Amino acid sequence: MRVCEIENVSVRAGRATLLDDVSIGVSAGEWVTIVGPNGAGKTTLLSVMAGLMSSAGTVSIYGHNLADLSPRQRARQLAYVPQQPEVPPGMTVNSYVLLGRTPHLPLLGVEGPRDFGIVEDVLDGLDLVGFGYRNLESLSGGELQRCHLARAIAQATPIVFMDEPVTSLDLGHQQQALDLIERLRQERQITVIMTMHDLTLAAQYSDRIILLSGGQVVAEGAPAQVLESSHLSTLYAARVKVLKVGEDVVVVPISSQKRRQ
Amino acid sequence: MVLGAHSRSTAVVSEKLRAPWLLSGLLAVACATAASLLIGPADIEISAVLLELTDRLPLIDVNSGLSPIHANIIWEVRLPRVVLGALVGATLAISGASYQAVFRNPLADPYLLGAAAGAGLGATIAIVTGSGDGMGTFDTVPLLAFVGSLAAVALTYFLGYSSGVRRSPAALLLAGVAVASFLTAIQTFIQQRNVETIRQVYTWILGRLNTASWGEVSLLAPYALLASLVILLHRRTLDVMRLGDAEASSVGIRPQLVRLIVIIAASLGTAAAVAVSGLIAFVGLIVPHTVRLLAGSSNRIVLPLSMMFGAAFLMFVDLVGRTIASPTEIPIGVITAFCGAPFFVVVLRSNRRSLG
Repeated sequence: MRVCEIENVSVRAGRATLLDDVSIGVSAGEWVTIVGPNGAGKTTLLSVMAGLMSSAGTVSIYGHNLADLSPRQRARQLAYVPQQPEVPPGMTVNSYVLLGRTPHLPLLGVEGPRDFGIVEDVLDGLDLVGFGYRNLESLSGGELQRCHLARAIAQATPIVFMDEPVTSLDLGHQQQALDLIERLRQERQITVIMTMHDLTLAAQYSDRIILLSGGQVVAEGAPAQVLESSHLSTLYAARVKVLKVGEDVVVVPISSQKRRQ
Repeated sequence: MVLGAHSRSTAVVSEKLRAPWLLSGLLAVACATAASLLIGPADIEISAVLLELTDRLPLIDVNSGLSPIHANIIWEVRLPRVVLGALVGATLAISGASYQAVFRNPLADPYLLGAAAGAGLGATIAIVTGSGDGMGTFDTVPLLAFVGSLAAVALTYFLGYSSGVRRSPAALLLAGVAVASFLTAIQTFIQQRNVETIRQVYTWILGRLNTASWGEVSLLAPYALLASLVILLHRRTLDVMRLGDAEASSVGIRPQLVRLIVIIAASLGTAAAVAVSGLIAFVGLIVPHTVRLLAGSSNRIVLPLSMMFGAAFLMFVDLVGRTIASPTEIPIGVITAFCGAPFFVVVLRSNRRSLG
């Protein structure tokens, strides 16, 4: 069964077409990564799939039309981590991660022991024990990224959307964060849908890659099929070579001829 | 010891108003109440005041030895004024805190959406039409101030909503600026055409509690209680709103709806407070910020503490205003800024927590 499915989705803003007749399905437990050049419509597609932006066409999760669900019902099914999440001034890590419990609380209710237990568990799993009383503003980029992830995991949804979760991290922290997401995906049977810039990392972690350009799906499938040098060069207007290093598909930029001389 | 320290660092609990802060808030209210009741131009013995108050407690019968006039001063002059001051201070402070929360703007105060300008216009109309001389049994000044205040906020919301508040709450703030300027222009025009009432209008605008009676207390109390109750019920939701509309929506709340409900509640409270006390600036801005800097930024702490310290602050300021140059009273709005501003600067300088 498709946990998440969009059919003939289009989004227009004024005269610009951000998404043009896109149809995608995602299966339970899959890791799907949306890639594409800047302005391809990656974030728009992710927002539409997460029900945070309206569009023409149908968007459904578990066979229910997303537009028919209340924000609360929706938030119990899917969590969303934006590219640059808000960092409320003066908020502690504990309080921040506890906000993920919102859709599970009664209207105007507050957290109880069960929620505290769940958050303790999440913080433990993300190596954030001991950070609980720190202010978010005092954390490093990598620590902060783990907090955003922790809030999404505390939401306890079967589907997690992430918009470029590792773009602002260094190489080591990128790998740590993606390893962590992979581990949580396995442990908690989560479906992961994200956007990413780094094609090599996308190939290493994803089950499937969707290549977007000009608001349209250009290619879709296993990483090795999608990442193919000729159309990457055209779409990204870049000089690239796709290499096979052991099991990995590696996308390498090539320097210009001028520079070599 | 070690185990205790360990469990403190790992156990997850939500932020809440801790006992020391709750006690200091209650203590501040108690001290301000006591001082305001005991001190005044009529020379009444402190012990006699205490006995007179004790006498009214159930099952206790003591003789305070006060003359009926002095007893009357306590029950009909000082006490309503103290209660009114507390209600106005608490209402303005919690309304300000809730405005800051829903707009995620540290400069938001309860008058942000035109409440003050609308009330000013309403009061001016009541005064210049002569019906609001305060001598009749039914005074139209509070009524028109209340109506003007609510109408201004409604107009702001309507304008802001039709011009794109869905995209950003900033549209609402800008609409508030436009409505306030427009209504102030009308108010100034009316005032200039009726210069003989300028003193009355000016006195009203500066804010005062010297006409306080139980009638005004009963006018404000239901709105103050309703507003505070609604806002306090949203204390956690207002913490979720700190994530911004998009993320708040992604964890399952409706930011537009929450903003509307809280604005309605806070505006009702503010309008009622303004109607009975005139424009008392500063309380709704400075009290929540001071609390936030000292006690923590969660609305579960800021909202209840703002109420307590807002009440205490206004009672204290009123006490200063009516005693420092006795028998003349200094307008309360002057004192709030005069006492509050330096205090806030001290707090701001001695603290590195961020606002917001």
